[in-house]
Amino acid sequence: MPVATPRLLTAEGHELRMVLQKHKARRKRKAFLLVAPLLTFVVVGFCLPILDMLRRSADNSIVEETLPRTISSLKGWDASGDSLPGERAFAALAQDLVLAQQQRRATRLGQRLNYELSGLASLFRRSGRDMEKVVLEVRSRRGSYKESLIAFDARWGELDSWRVLKRFEDEMVADYYFASLDMKRDLQSNEVSFRPSEERIYLRLFGRTVVISLGITLATLLLGFPLALWIARLPTHQGNILLVMVLLPFWTSLLVRTTSWIVLLQQQGVINDLLVAIGIVSEEGRLRMIYNTTGTVVAMTHILLPFMVLPLYSVMKTISPSYMRAAVSLGAHPISAFWKVYFPNTVPGIGAGAIMVFILSIGYYITPELVGGRTGVFISNRIAYHISSSLNWGLAAALGIALLTFVVAIYWLYDKLVGIDNIKLG
Amino acid sequence: MSRNLFVAFAAMLTLGLTACGDDDAANMEAKPAELVIVSWGGAYSASQKNAYHDPYMEKYPQVTIVNDDSSNEAVPKLRAMNEAGNVTWDLVDVVAADAIRACDDGLALEVDINDILAEAPDGTKASADFGDLLVSPCFIPQIVYSITFGYRTDLVKEPMTQLCDVFDLAKFPGKRSLEKRPIVNVEWALLCDGVDADDIYDVLSTKEGVDRALKKLDTIKSEIIWWSKGAETPQRLADGEVVVGSTYNGRLFSLIEEKKQPVAMLWDWQVFDLDGWIIPKGISEEKLEAVKHYLYFATDTQRLADQAKYISYGPARNSSAPLVGKHADLGIDMAPHMPTDPNNAKNVLLYNFDFWADKRDEIDEQFQAWLSR
Repeated sequence: MPVATPRLLTAEGHELRMVLQKHKARRKRKAFLLVAPLLTFVVVGFCLPILDMLRRSADNSIVEETLPRTISSLKGWDASGDSLPGERAFAALAQDLVLAQQQRRATRLGQRLNYELSGLASLFRRSGRDMEKVVLEVRSRRGSYKESLIAFDARWGELDSWRVLKRFEDEMVADYYFASLDMKRDLQSNEVSFRPSEERIYLRLFGRTVVISLGITLATLLLGFPLALWIARLPTHQGNILLVMVLLPFWTSLLVRTTSWIVLLQQQGVINDLLVAIGIVSEEGRLRMIYNTTGTVVAMTHILLPFMVLPLYSVMKTISPSYMRAAVSLGAHPISAFWKVYFPNTVPGIGAGAIMVFILSIGYYITPELVGGRTGVFISNRIAYHISSSLNWGLAAALGIALLTFVVAIYWLYDKLVGIDNIKLG
Repeated sequence: MSRNLFVAFAAMLTLGLTACGDDDAANMEAKPAELVIVSWGGAYSASQKNAYHDPYMEKYPQVTIVNDDSSNEAVPKLRAMNEAGNVTWDLVDVVAADAIRACDDGLALEVDINDILAEAPDGTKASADFGDLLVSPCFIPQIVYSITFGYRTDLVKEPMTQLCDVFDLAKFPGKRSLEKRPIVNVEWALLCDGVDADDIYDVLSTKEGVDRALKKLDTIKSEIIWWSKGAETPQRLADGEVVVGSTYNGRLFSLIEEKKQPVAMLWDWQVFDLDGWIIPKGISEEKLEAVKHYLYFATDTQRLADQAKYISYGPARNSSAPLVGKHADLGIDMAPHMPTDPNNAKNVLLYNFDFWADKRDEIDEQFQAWLSR
């Protein structure tokens, strides 16, 4: 026979379980309200834009929306064949273009399709502007749309113009991703293949971004480690002064710091002048230290150094000096004591600093743009170009997603190899 | 069209028209409004403030003009505003290529020039006064500027007089500063590779033609420092970091005449380009009225000529050319510093807007691949 558990009551006579639950719920609500501003900010400022970027990187709905009749009349047409679509498609196109022009959408579609086939921007601009006249003329003489359109602009008689419409009829296409990996879909065969290696841009830029970023990470580590070590071992007030000096450049504008590097490093700059004055290099042999990879590495190492020094410093500060003393008193050589006892304790700081510097530099944009010249620019400079100059936001979004995927992959790899729990910021 | 346009440019300063300013042409009274006008910042915005904004606000104190220096990102920002359905700009200053793009993209209003702009003092309709410079139905031209070269007079043995001197490393050794984009550079390269000016865009329309241009650029590739901001070339010239470099002619004017640097102009085969206004699509009716009222005032013959007192860009109206006077601070005659001056405009390349609207993305890819090799 089951024994009835005695009901626990509070002093006021309420059931204890319920009261506890209520209390817990209230605390949860409070906690949620506390993080709500941040949560909203992250969702609105971070998650939604990324989702929007995802959508943009595949969105192709403009074709179907602007030319619905044309797309449906092309249903039976074989784009890999050698014959133009029939009269019905031409008539549908003329009709669609007249309507599109009234809504001012023809030229916009032309811009979109110009990314796939050069020349469509002006073809759609021209056709949109004058299509009404063409249609009226065809109607009045009961002529053929096909003939009139081809007579109006010979490009309507070219197979590729029609193949583009057929190949890009879907609402979502993966072509921006192909482009971001230097691949292209052949309009006739519909096969996706890599571009010839001398025409590749993005793979090369991705590769360069990663290699230079690794170089910058290594440089900040080599420069930052001894510095952090020194600061950590100084008495607090002296250490603080040095820390302020590390942070000082951090408080100066990024542009100012970058421009000062130009003044220092250019061929007629301070460093070269000094070297020539001392006689180390000749007037003709002035070193090229900027507008190339070197410029990017030097300027960005300087800019990102605090991100390495600070986590290293705060980790080193927590390592008790007695460890080293113990090792040495037990007979270890100072170097071996440092390497075997002290250094392993700093690894979490190195991990935190390295991943921070690496991820920051992979997405860096303004410094490479100003000092990178030809060989020191990053993939982010191309993304910026597509956002603000070519207005190819789809490709920019696809490149952005590719970069994001890469960063997440690095993070995952780091977690597998080193363990993300090992990261310590202090 | 290119010949006509050239004739129009040349006619600007050779026509000895004497005209008087017709200030009170705008009879309607401006309503109180705050106009957000977007432009390039720096000396250029200052010239607009002096020539347009200040006189306008003096005449119509009920209108406030707010400047926003976002023109270099105008089209992407307009697109973002348009998509968000919240257009906060009322008038935007852009280069012609951007105006064409914004118009194509449905971001700018198409305008009837004769309907909203003032006639020339002699009664010529606005459309005729601007002539061939009306390259897009959305575009209201303001100035003619050019992309051209400046060189350090103290770093060369003899003056540079021809475009092809830029490609001559033996005679003129040293670094060159060129803009990091194919537009303009490939045209110059072909000209110096023996292509006739009239055939340039035919040659460029094939991949092989672009390769030919890039091959020519290859001969000086190691000596090129690329720029992406208009201020970079003047800075590099001032530092002696480059011997010769391309940039906007107004920047070189200020380097030479205001900053007194040992730099001279190399006008040969300067490339003409236009800059002007577009009205964003999606602004309210009241704002539109206010903008039109402002435009009527700010684009008349006298006002366009006034701008040339502050910056060395040529006014876009034919009728303004004879009114161009002296620089407001330096007191020097501005006419010889205009890109349209006959002495400077012996060899001029006209930017082919249609060609670049179509080919820009394709050629840019080729250029970028070449650049990263």
